[in-house]
Amino acid sequence: MKLGFTAEQERFRTAVAAWLEERLAGPFAKLRGVTDQVAEAKARLAWEQELGRHRYAAIGYPERYGGRNATLDQQVIWAEEYARAHAPTRLGHLGVELCGPTILHFGNEAQRQRFLPPIAAGTEIWAQGYSEPNAGSDLSNVRTRARLDHSPKGAEWVITGQKTWTSLAQFAQWCFILCRTDEGSKGPKGISYLLVPLDQTGVTIRPIRQITGEAEFNEVFFEGARTAAENVVGTPGDGWKVAMGTLSFERGVSTLAQQMAFRNELDALASAAKANGAAGDPLIRQRLADAWIGLRIMRYSALRMLSGGAREGALSGPAYTYKIYWATWRRKLGELAMDILGPDGELAAHPPYEYENMPKMFLYSRADTIYAGTNEIQRNIIAERALGLPKEPRGDR
Amino acid sequence: MQFAFTEEQALIRDTAHEFCAEHGDPGRVRAAMDSELGYDEATWRAIGQEMGWTGLAVPEECGGSGLGLVELALLQFEMGRKLLSSPFFAGSCLATPVIRLTATAAQRQALLPAIAGGTTRATLAMANRRGQPGLEGIGGTLSTAGAGYRLSGEAGFVVNAHASDVIVIAARAPGSTGAAGVSVIALAAGTRGIEVERVISMDLTRPVARVHFRDVDVPREAILGEPEDAGAALERAVQLAQIALASEQAGAAEETLVITTDYVKQRVQFGRPIGSFQAIKHRLADMMVLVEAAKSAVYYAAATADEATPELAEAAALAKAYCGDAFFNCAANMIQLHGGVGFTWEHAAHLYFKRARCSSTLLGSPTYQRERIARLMGLDERAAPRATTGSRT
Repeated sequence: MKLGFTAEQERFRTAVAAWLEERLAGPFAKLRGVTDQVAEAKARLAWEQELGRHRYAAIGYPERYGGRNATLDQQVIWAEEYARAHAPTRLGHLGVELCGPTILHFGNEAQRQRFLPPIAAGTEIWAQGYSEPNAGSDLSNVRTRARLDHSPKGAEWVITGQKTWTSLAQFAQWCFILCRTDEGSKGPKGISYLLVPLDQTGVTIRPIRQITGEAEFNEVFFEGARTAAENVVGTPGDGWKVAMGTLSFERGVSTLAQQMAFRNELDALASAAKANGAAGDPLIRQRLADAWIGLRIMRYSALRMLSGGAREGALSGPAYTYKIYWATWRRKLGELAMDILGPDGELAAHPPYEYENMPKMFLYSRADTIYAGTNEIQRNIIAERALGLPKEPRGDR
Repeated sequence: MQFAFTEEQALIRDTAHEFCAEHGDPGRVRAAMDSELGYDEATWRAIGQEMGWTGLAVPEECGGSGLGLVELALLQFEMGRKLLSSPFFAGSCLATPVIRLTATAAQRQALLPAIAGGTTRATLAMANRRGQPGLEGIGGTLSTAGAGYRLSGEAGFVVNAHASDVIVIAARAPGSTGAAGVSVIALAAGTRGIEVERVISMDLTRPVARVHFRDVDVPREAILGEPEDAGAALERAVQLAQIALASEQAGAAEETLVITTDYVKQRVQFGRPIGSFQAIKHRLADMMVLVEAAKSAVYYAAATADEATPELAEAAALAKAYCGDAFFNCAANMIQLHGGVGFTWEHAAHLYFKRARCSSTLLGSPTYQRERIARLMGLDERAAPRATTGSRT
């Protein structure tokens, strides 16, 4: 085991920290500490492009696609410094962390050349179109369908259906979707992974107002929407495998950036507890310490995952437990925040219904244990795949 | 950064796993538990004299292999799985780090080779009768008496004291507090005035005793390092011991998961294995979440010890806090998921449950460790101006 970084890696750390410090100024100064998905969207889009110009938007991508071919250690360092600088939540994260890696792994060379450079440049923003009204936890139940239409212009997919909980669709130019391309198929078979432009007449985007009062998520309606025949990742009908691959990228380096953001939240909470005297309450102290312990362990588990569970079979456990672990941790942090703030935390900072970061986190964290696989689904996955217990019976097939 | 075991470390783990599977079968563990000695002599001989594990984390110049806490933690993890009882924990995880960090070179040479070789059984007598953790809880008092010193007071929860050849004792100068005035003494268990009173612990797989110091004459050379100057080193040594103990807890927790998972796959009710019910599956999934987090905590803490990073105090406290609670929770689930059979004396569940309870308080309970973390977090420092954490905060 080796926990430290090399001198060269520490120089990289110094360099990116200095770059962030220098760039988060002027028009970008107001972005420091923006932790929410929808605030300051215009400035955050410009920030994506600023990152892209300096090859910091997708540092793990190969250089020929606009990245830096950064090692895992460098990606860890970048993620840590990004959060340490209180740099804003990434508007481009769905493209950079989910769609891009999927195209890298499962796409063809033409797709890589077409789609990766604009992701790495911050010029094309992506949304994720997985969930549907009847395909939430049971994701393989998707009903949005696409058929190939051979017109004189060339072959195109024609898409009909409805997606929901589509985050960032209001800012995105592209959406990666799961849809049924084999007529009459059921379950995971017959699903394809398509890349669809959002700016067209067949696409309607409607915001969903959520628990915080904001609208980060959307419903997206596809009514004869079109995309070129070549915009399918992997073999048509084989998209479930591709999508499952995408889900595993969600547990990569980005978890470390997320943790640093959590750390900022916990630090703010500890400061608030000191400021209002709650830090003297033995029960609050226990809970703050427990939160700190939970956060440190979250980091250690992420480092175990990143250090290559492949070679070390016994180290693959945290990949299964990571999602439920962090989601539950953060939900508890939200509850602790409200107990520390007391009744003051219940009052809106501004009309009509705008809350400060901590109460907003209390509300938002209820989503953490739902999206990307609810805690209940996570427990099923752990029990069935990691522990080998019998599978849940299905009612429909 | 490579937060994974090296090949050598994986080999040590696998060897220990096989060894403990053989020596830790339930029949042998129970026979040891019911014996006067409290451990199996053949197993102990094999650990010390054949495997060389008692010397694993002892410096080479003192007859050991000079390996670190990561390796020691791996052994503890595997021994914890099987609740393997032997003088290993008291000698190699409690007494050895204290000697290593407080003694002079000559004293280390005098004490460590025999412990490393598995011929001398040692333990640490530190906490008072109530088992109070930390330097505040030291039970012995060391006063000057003429040209020498005199030890009085008593220590509680001294692991394996009834079967130890050497007792390493923490004692305070009268009236001292904090890290000041703390001495560490190594004495033969048969020294005049040392009286070992065996008590029955709820955890029968780890015998403990009260050790009374009845005006023991202590020669200067029995005091490790400088008199009244061992506080900081002792604290650090205890942190290393906490990590070793936390690793044992993590290993035992993982074993409760393994045993319980096997059971629910086989136990049939309502015409199907009970492991097919979501109520059961979800409890086991929660156990796995705890086990994986406990392992992360222990691996990291052990690595901070070997790399001498400033995070040690925090990493040790959090590992001990988390692994204690995780093990207890898993052992409690083990009983619940086994149903009635889990409540019997015959089944192993109660042994894990009791080990979980008693190891959780040894070297400081989770609540105690969390309060330490709260202080390390700076919750007692004067409130700083509010951090800028949001454009709208």
